Amino acid sequence: MVDSLFYFFAAMMLAAALFVVVSRNPVNSAMGMILALVGVGANFFLLDAPFLGVLQILVYAGAVMVLFLFIIMLLDVDQAAKIPVPWTTVLFGLVLLAVFSGAVWWLVNGADALPTPENVSATPAALPGAENPGAFTSGAKSFGYSLFTKYMLPVQIAGFLLLIAMIGVVTLSKKQKQA
Amino acid sequence: MEIGLHHFVTLASLLFVIGLVGVLVRRNTLVIYMCLEMMLSAATLALVAFSRYNNTMDGAIFVFFIITVAAAEVAVGLALIVALFRRRETVMVDELKELKH
Repeated sequence: MVDSLFYFFAAMMLAAALFVVVSRNPVNSAMGMILALVGVGANFFLLDAPFLGVLQILVYAGAVMVLFLFIIMLLDVDQAAKIPVPWTTVLFGLVLLAVFSGAVWWLVNGADALPTPENVSATPAALPGAENPGAFTSGAKSFGYSLFTKYMLPVQIAGFLLLIAMIGVVTLSKKQKQA
Repeated sequence: MEIGLHHFVTLASLLFVIGLVGVLVRRNTLVIYMCLEMMLSAATLALVAFSRYNNTMDGAIFVFFIITVAAAEVAVGLALIVALFRRRETVMVDELKELKH
């Protein structure tokens, strides 16, 4: 069951990602991007991280992509300045694809391949246990425990980062005097 | 065959490479930016997979922070693109090459 779901979502994600790259219209690209990000979220569910899956779909496929679509439609770029892509760029892209595929093949099948850790339990606990407080759990509560104990300072910094981003966006979007 | 760490890492790598090729091949700044986001998403997928199969929570927490930072980054980046469009009336990288040499 999980196997077929994994293959289904993987195929959907990769097809949508390819569509983002090849589509001429930026709006179509954004639609493909939403599908690809939903595919990533579905893979989070298959990895027993439902909280992150929901977050991915809400924040990325929802808020971020709506922002993208809004800007694409706001700018209304005249489509398809049909300049052909230089063949050197395509060649370099294909070489990169080949090198990366070879690296992944080596990682999976090579001499010292990635080991599959054997200590992973089939169904993770809902909450961290006493014997291993940092163990992988599926519940959202364990995020709360970690965020307010071990990762307190990063949470504060992330809050400041969001504030700085907000101020930056307001400053950038202000009507500038014509220089 | 059982779905394991290999499958997820392979999938994340493929998504990353598709995003990278998109960044190289496309000419529209908005599409390039979307492809960058795709590469970021591929990295989060790999992080969650390693976190799950190594039985630690740290990778998953890291993804939480990555999503936060990505949201802030997208807002600032799109504001920059809008400011650029206001000034130059274009978002095509072919026409924005003053910093090339």
